[in-house]
Amino acid sequence: MTEQQATVSADLEPPGTTSAPSAEAPIVVEDVTMAFGDFVVQRGLNFTVKRGDVFIIMGGSGCGKSTVMRALIGMQAPAEGRVWFEGQNLWEIDETARQLLLQRCGVVFQSGGIWSSMTLAENIGLTLGEYTDLKPKEILEVARLKLALVGLAGFEDYYPSEISGGMQRRAGVARALALDPEILFFDEPSAGLDPISSRRLDELILELRDSLGATIIVVTHELASIFTIASNSVVLDPDTKTQIATGDPKWLREHSDNRAVREFLNRGEET
Amino acid sequence: MAAMSAEAATLPAERLELERVRDGLVLKLKGAWRLTEGVASPQGLFERDELAAKPDRLKVDASALAAWDSALIVFLLDLKKGCDGAGIPLDLSGLPDGARRLVDLALAVPEREGARRSDRIAGFVETLGREVQGALKSAGEMLEFLGESLIALARAATGRARFRMSDMYLVLQECGPGALPIATLISFLVGVILGFVGLVQLAQFGADIFVANLVAVAMVREMGGMMVGIIMAGRTGAAFAAQLGTMNVNDEIAAFRTVGIPPVEFLVLPRMLALIFAIPLLTIYANVVGMLGGSAVTIALSDVSLLQYYTQTVGSVDLVDWASGLFKATIYGVIIAISGCLRGMQCKKSAAAVGDAATSAVVTAIVLIIVAEAVLTVIYQVLGI
Repeated sequence: MTEQQATVSADLEPPGTTSAPSAEAPIVVEDVTMAFGDFVVQRGLNFTVKRGDVFIIMGGSGCGKSTVMRALIGMQAPAEGRVWFEGQNLWEIDETARQLLLQRCGVVFQSGGIWSSMTLAENIGLTLGEYTDLKPKEILEVARLKLALVGLAGFEDYYPSEISGGMQRRAGVARALALDPEILFFDEPSAGLDPISSRRLDELILELRDSLGATIIVVTHELASIFTIASNSVVLDPDTKTQIATGDPKWLREHSDNRAVREFLNRGEET
Repeated sequence: MAAMSAEAATLPAERLELERVRDGLVLKLKGAWRLTEGVASPQGLFERDELAAKPDRLKVDASALAAWDSALIVFLLDLKKGCDGAGIPLDLSGLPDGARRLVDLALAVPEREGARRSDRIAGFVETLGREVQGALKSAGEMLEFLGESLIALARAATGRARFRMSDMYLVLQECGPGALPIATLISFLVGVILGFVGLVQLAQFGADIFVANLVAVAMVREMGGMMVGIIMAGRTGAAFAAQLGTMNVNDEIAAFRTVGIPPVEFLVLPRMLALIFAIPLLTIYANVVGMLGGSAVTIALSDVSLLQYYTQTVGSVDLVDWASGLFKATIYGVIIAISGCLRGMQCKKSAAAVGDAATSAVVTAIVLIIVAEAVLTVIYQVLGI
């Protein structure tokens, strides 16, 4: 365990408690219920993402992990509760203020979500052109850097359909990095990737956390990735539709009071 | 130590300072290096005498750096490239830890050999050659697909083709009754236009009644089928291409191949059969509606009565006219089905490609319909039909 992870483990909070919004906690989820109409996906969510965390939102298939993430990235309002984002209630501020706040985030979607009609450089350059005064040549330089950071140097002029799935995923990361985000969201980053690509992506996530100082939130149920990158987590339960644990997944695997959590983190085997 | 401000426009003096030290040069970074301030290039730095003299090393000092983001990393990578080219050792140990790690990360995976695309612009002859090559390849694929489709049609005729009748009925519903409103509107208006143009000319000779002949012959032999063909190319051909294109993106067509079911039989055949059934029926309908459009104008703007118009129309076209028009329409149906399905199955794996496939299907179908119309008209002429 690294020194940083050990510190996080020592600071574990019991499930259901939430830190007050503070400079150290860019995201605080408070009594949040996610629902589609009358259909409740998750209720009573309370967790805190600390600055510099690699925070995992995990749980079995269909438990609503991605839906919860959508509330954090401004795509779906919670039915109840509050999402504090850098000290502001994300769903109470007006749309313009929310967009300004969300510019500080980068999101990597499950399938990469890169725009198929644009080259990789154009994918990255679009947001740079939109939110900075950089000249086209400078935008290309920055796009080159972002692609180099994810190991795609030289692929600026390629269209997404011309590269592999793993490369598309990394291109998605490069695009999310365009505006040097303080918070990075990943939705199932390892899904469908081979073990080597998956490990490389995990290493990249850690490297981005360390070099950019970014806070990273990952939605996943890939245990290998979780134990490699996580410093904190929330476990969602599809049956009770509530969170059943928060904390360092390695610690939860051994010490959680909740049998379902231990089973989940031990691939169904009770310890 | 002599301090010198960098002079190049891309190196603002308030952000950079070059100092001579005992074992080389120190490049002092000052202030904020953010994307909002633009991206600096170190090009001007290498034109300076101090660097041209190849110092023992160039050390980057970030002690006066106020803030940084990707703008600094882009500059540092360019600087490193320049130093490597000039044979000057670059010392980045004075950078913030995060910046140094990002530079290392950007350089960790070297550019894959041959990955970068050439900037060379192809000449006229090369471009022409490639276009011709592409056109020939496309024509070959079209012929191959036509062959496969006709074989599938033959297998269907002998009851050996594998497809679901329910699929065909579904397509038939979509491209038959579903197309009636637009076919009604367009055909009626075409009849009105033909009737109006004919009336203006024929009225000068007191031959108003012959507008009925003009409209009936034009609709039955040419315009009815062609207008339905064009409507169906835009409506149904594009839909076929988009449906099959999306299936291709989702590997559904590959899945048919892996289980040994020919996609041409399972996907193309029901669509082709549906159009072969639907288009002649729609054409008959469009012909009648077109004649109604022509009659409406003629009766409204001349002394011709409805009964006179009807009698003249019935006498002006015979079964051969109807058959020749419907045969053309059937050919158009095959063209639309093949164009739509071919472009859909050729679709690449992206959202943009699905749009391209739909566009290409419509263009291909309309061009081929016009070509077929011209060829069939000449053949009819030669055969005296």
